[in-house]
Amino acid sequence: MSKTPDLGPLIPRNRAIHPVPYDPDYKTSVARSPNLPLLSMESTPSEEHGPTFGHNALGALDNNLILNWTRGAAPAVGERILMHGRVLDELGRPVPETLIEIWQANAGGRYRHKKDTYFAPLDPNFGGCGRTITDAEGRYQFLTIRPGAYPWPNRANDWRPMHIHVSVFGRSFGQRLITQMYFEGDPLIDHCPIAATIKDRAQLDRLVAPLDMAHSRPLDFLAYKFDIVLRGRRQTMFENKLEGM
Amino acid sequence: MVQKLDNLIETASQTAGPYVHIGLMPTYAGNAGAYEQEIGVSPIEEGAQGEVIEIVGSVFDGTGWALRDAMIESWQPDAAGKFPGQPDADPKVTGLCRFAADAESGEFTLRTVKPGPVPHRTGGMQAPHITLWIVARGINIGLNTRIYFEDEDNSADPLLARIEQKPRVDTLIAKKTGPGQYRFDIRLQGDGETVFLDL
Ligand SMILES: [Fe+2]
Repeated sequence: MSKTPDLGPLIPRNRAIHPVPYDPDYKTSVARSPNLPLLSMESTPSEEHGPTFGHNALGALDNNLILNWTRGAAPAVGERILMHGRVLDELGRPVPETLIEIWQANAGGRYRHKKDTYFAPLDPNFGGCGRTITDAEGRYQFLTIRPGAYPWPNRANDWRPMHIHVSVFGRSFGQRLITQMYFEGDPLIDHCPIAATIKDRAQLDRLVAPLDMAHSRPLDFLAYKFDIVLRGRRQTMFENKLEGM
Repeated sequence: MVQKLDNLIETASQTAGPYVHIGLMPTYAGNAGAYEQEIGVSPIEEGAQGEVIEIVGSVFDGTGWALRDAMIESWQPDAAGKFPGQPDADPKVTGLCRFAADAESGEFTLRTVKPGPVPHRTGGMQAPHITLWIVARGINIGLNTRIYFEDEDNSADPLLARIEQKPRVDTLIAKKTGPGQYRFDIRLQGDGETVFLDL
């Protein structure tokens, strides 16, 4: 008889450590945030299962944003950086074999998106998206360029700090998370109404990647470390077995 | 003093922003070819078992305007209620789809197979449903909801039973508009606000 504990439900989300849905300083949130409370319930198989992605779905340059847009023909303009870290769950367990996708502006602060009309020029050698799958210990890395800060229409003079958008799946659809990585020392973080939707300062600080000289490569790139924590699943001897699971 | 818990704190969410599509749906963003194989293009492959259905709808903000910049992910089991990776799951059902509204009409279309019922930890069954996750500019943490179906027996579903105001149950039920055709609108705020989930 196996003594392995059964995987139980997802640990309920602590909404206090997340951004508030309604924040008048981030104007678009005003008409896009629900008025009524969320319906809370224990997770079910619909949230506990999740898609899995094989390495063969990915191209060799998918995690190299300096080269992936031109398929290796010419490098993007900008300050070369390595973004790396681990994906863990709330119980400290690594999340292996999970898909991480990132997107970002180019060195001038312009996105390659049909709706971005900022007059900073596009870089013909930069697409701005990348993806990878974590290894057995939950580690991942991207080679990219440092994105530029950019202005955006909100209050009269709002600017986004340098940031990289990050999307993670985890093993369960209920772990799904999109966040943003900021850079140590960026003075715009404290002026940003989107960063300020997070009211717990320690939680915002956890989105700021420190400069990591030990992983920087001399004469090549600087490194920034960004660890990501996803919801965990309870694991006890006392969870009810699901039929057909 | 007490012993120290060594648990970690979940990373805080941030809005997906207006340009989420360049990362997750490059072709939709005008960047076809960014990846050889995009993720979540269809939840089914040719030959999937079950009834192929189409669900059309919009995501409305609190003013009644249909969002053009939302991105939705759907996740579901196969026609027998098995999720990808489970024993006997239909190999032609990948379960995940990413979709966004058409810039002109503000409508999205999800083409998939109708999912089967899925067990619940308390022993009963959940009525057939598709799980949704909605992100956009102005949405600071992704919104979870579900699509149930008007032409299924939803009477014993444990989640629907938890909704106190019975008229709100309707916000989670796709209306049949024709053979294999359904309508499902999502209202982020105000009149007819969709029931969003925390589970
Ligand atoms: Fe951005």
